[in-house]
Amino acid sequence: MITAAPRHLRASYDVVIVGGGPAGLEAAVAARDNGAAHVLVVDRDQEAGGILLQCIHSGFGLHRFGEELTGPEYAQRVVASTLEHDIDVIADAYVLDIDERRRVKLMTTQAGVSLVEARAVVLAMGARERTRAAIRIPGTRPAGIFTAGLAQRLVNLYGLLPGRRAVILGSGDIGLIMARRLTLEGIEVAGVFEIMPYANGLNRNIVQCLHDFDIPLHLSTTVVEIRGQNRVEGVTVAPLDETLQPRLDRAWDIPCDTLLVSIGLIPENELSQQMRLRFDSATRGPVVSSAMECSRDGIFACGNVVHIHDLVDFVSAEAMVAGRSAGQYVAGTLPRPDNVQLQPGANVAYCVPHTISTEREHTVYLRARKPLDACTLQLTEPDGTPVYARKLRYVFPAEMVNLKLRPAILQNFHGSILRVNIVERATEGE
Amino acid sequence: MLYDVLIIGGGIVGCAIARELTRYRLRVALCEKEREVGFGTTKANSGIIHGGHHAAPGTLKGRLEWAGNQRWDRLAAELGFGFRRVGELTVARSAAEFPTLDKLLHHATVKRIPGVERWEAERIRREEPALSPTVLAAVYAPTTGVVNPYEACYGLAESAVRNGLDLLTGFPVERLHQEDGLWVVLTPTVVLQARFVINAAGIDADRVAASALAGNFDIRPRKGEEYLLDKRLQGLVKRVIFPCPTAVSKGILVIPTFDGTIMVGPTAEEAGDRTDLTTSTPGARAVFDAVRDLVPGISEKDVIAQFAGLRAVATGEDFIIGPTSRRGFINAAGIQSPGLTAAPAIAELVVDVLRDEGLTLVERDDFMPALPRPVHFAALSTMEQIALSLRDPRYRRIVCRCEYVTEGEVLDAIARGAATLDGIKFRTRAGMGRCQGGFCTVRCMELLARSRGMDMASVTKRGRGSWLVYERNGGTLRSSDSAPEDEQERMGGEA
Repeated sequence: MITAAPRHLRASYDVVIVGGGPAGLEAAVAARDNGAAHVLVVDRDQEAGGILLQCIHSGFGLHRFGEELTGPEYAQRVVASTLEHDIDVIADAYVLDIDERRRVKLMTTQAGVSLVEARAVVLAMGARERTRAAIRIPGTRPAGIFTAGLAQRLVNLYGLLPGRRAVILGSGDIGLIMARRLTLEGIEVAGVFEIMPYANGLNRNIVQCLHDFDIPLHLSTTVVEIRGQNRVEGVTVAPLDETLQPRLDRAWDIPCDTLLVSIGLIPENELSQQMRLRFDSATRGPVVSSAMECSRDGIFACGNVVHIHDLVDFVSAEAMVAGRSAGQYVAGTLPRPDNVQLQPGANVAYCVPHTISTEREHTVYLRARKPLDACTLQLTEPDGTPVYARKLRYVFPAEMVNLKLRPAILQNFHGSILRVNIVERATEGE
Repeated sequence: MLYDVLIIGGGIVGCAIARELTRYRLRVALCEKEREVGFGTTKANSGIIHGGHHAAPGTLKGRLEWAGNQRWDRLAAELGFGFRRVGELTVARSAAEFPTLDKLLHHATVKRIPGVERWEAERIRREEPALSPTVLAAVYAPTTGVVNPYEACYGLAESAVRNGLDLLTGFPVERLHQEDGLWVVLTPTVVLQARFVINAAGIDADRVAASALAGNFDIRPRKGEEYLLDKRLQGLVKRVIFPCPTAVSKGILVIPTFDGTIMVGPTAEEAGDRTDLTTSTPGARAVFDAVRDLVPGISEKDVIAQFAGLRAVATGEDFIIGPTSRRGFINAAGIQSPGLTAAPAIAELVVDVLRDEGLTLVERDDFMPALPRPVHFAALSTMEQIALSLRDPRYRRIVCRCEYVTEGEVLDAIARGAATLDGIKFRTRAGMGRCQGGFCTVRCMELLARSRGMDMASVTKRGRGSWLVYERNGGTLRSSDSAPEDEQERMGGEA
């Protein structure tokens, strides 16, 4: 466990990393391994490890470690690796600002507010949850409305229960996990309600968290009113028509004292916005190169702050790239800039990174807009000329798609824009 | 317990009256039914100090609006809350609305309000480029300001308590009657006696008056829904934007709040009942349809919070301030818009009424008008932040990430009377930002529990059964049937 470090902080670091979750810690190790002598990780919580520490269920690490771990176990492995690499980690601390000269305004419990010089910075602040207001549920404003992650924190880290009978709005993974968690704590879960015609969480979570516990999942249904003066007394739910308008004639009331809202995550970019980085309106995170470098020199980013991942394993992979690049930046060994721009095309919500190089191998992460069966992931020139194609059994907005690209495919496209599409198999003319 | 004056209701009006009365050698008490002051209509107020030219000169409202407006600079300086005269534009989008602009200009002339003038389209475009091109002309008033209404209310209450007010929160008045020339006021747990009673009970003022057998008016609560927008839109408009008003309301406004966040609303509709604080889909639609016509760049997507409040609209629409048929029972009722603006003037008027009714007023020479200014860490310069954090270790931890609120600010808010999560939120903004408490709720609960020596399960959102959590192992589950004593507090009364 890494808590607020008693050690003396240096006045300057090669790399300062904002956020001590899996992204930040993994990036720290990679930076150290790639030329950075002095690395500082700043974490705002009482101990480093990030949201993993409250994710006491298993299912983490299959890709990264080849075995199934709980959140705290995964965090512990990353923390241990950080400790072996002689990295300064300071918890219960906060980065208030980073100026143009990369001076980091830091708040710590030991020294108060101070300024630390950084030659490179990695942003790894993670994400926050969308709230009730983001979807404007009408009704009263009683106590008893929690985001799923807040409820998870209360139950798993504080031993406090949010209520006795809960309705869960949104079928995101945290909501699904919490449906099971609350049930195990003796709280009745009246149902999970999802506005879309398909679930938003991973399939394995639907099976293991809902089906195995007989918790009903209502698709194309949403909460249309919250009732209760002081504490939640009930909600009204209604199915939706094709235009996503609630059918109030078919609405029904559910008595409950708790509403958990699990309607997605938003990259936590307060700091990045203060720094005036370029943003992608689809990811709501900074625009990044294949080195995970942002629009400002020497500022890198990784993990949920760039785009929302569904598996921590992919966060780790991305963080290794960001950390390595930060180390190389400091050592002056950062490879030449990218020369190909990527654009999301048909049925692709976004792709990260936003640029790649014809000289290197890349993993591009992307998300589909709509579910499709038997489809093709293709890379085309803007006029539609195919560059590369790969068959996919299905795509699903909740599941990130990885696209591995080798220099051999890209070598003729120096200076080009390439588009990423996901198209139905029939339309590709096989 | 015998008081000279007992005020019923701890909203902005009751608290302003309380503070004004503590300037004199009097024993004054204030009974508030909610867990903290300002938790009724005040907390949902739009936070506008009206320019002074809206209400007609012949009405009580019209007189007190401008008189009140002029008190706010000094009040803000003394009590340390934020207040800024940002100015306003009342805009006309058709020639048919020009007579309304003329009427406002006429009000300003009659009341001698400085700086109120008509702006034509070109000037409007230059000063407020985000306004709809359909705006043809406007009346500009430099006298309009913005304030956080709950901060003003807390400041007034705290100042009054420091000057000797006996503040009782969580004490609903159940009934009152006269006995040997004294008023006997019954709450669920204590009986209070007073020579004079001030009815500042907001939406319940008609019931309090009826209980005192002085009821000759009705309160018809008129609901207003407000929508707070993301900080992203900060600076979109610089002034408060009004459409031309109608008979029932000033219309849907675009308000650059004191904190810089833009708020839109309020709606105006008869409330279903006195507890109807619901926001609704039609309400949201009405607000955003209207706002799109004023400022096309605003959309529903930017909402970070929504809430509703009830205006205490009395029969006849005007304020009802003054003595009643029952000696010693004085109304300060029907205080709807511009009630916040007028509150300091209402308080002075009530003092005059008390004097006329025979209360001897002797000014104290030890009245302390000023309050220590609360720290607003995020607004300090880096050098100031470094100095403060070195001096005081409570300013070395961020509690609220969206608004950069420190532990020191939360602890200070608790020391000054915050007893609930909402109380902390309104005093510090912790939980008011875009994550709406997703991160800071647990930290605020911990700080509240620790400072007040209670367990986490006893922390509420806003008192009265708004419990948040219960403990896993054998902890008692608190709910709305908890004893009234748990939700009460008495402060002050010593000075």
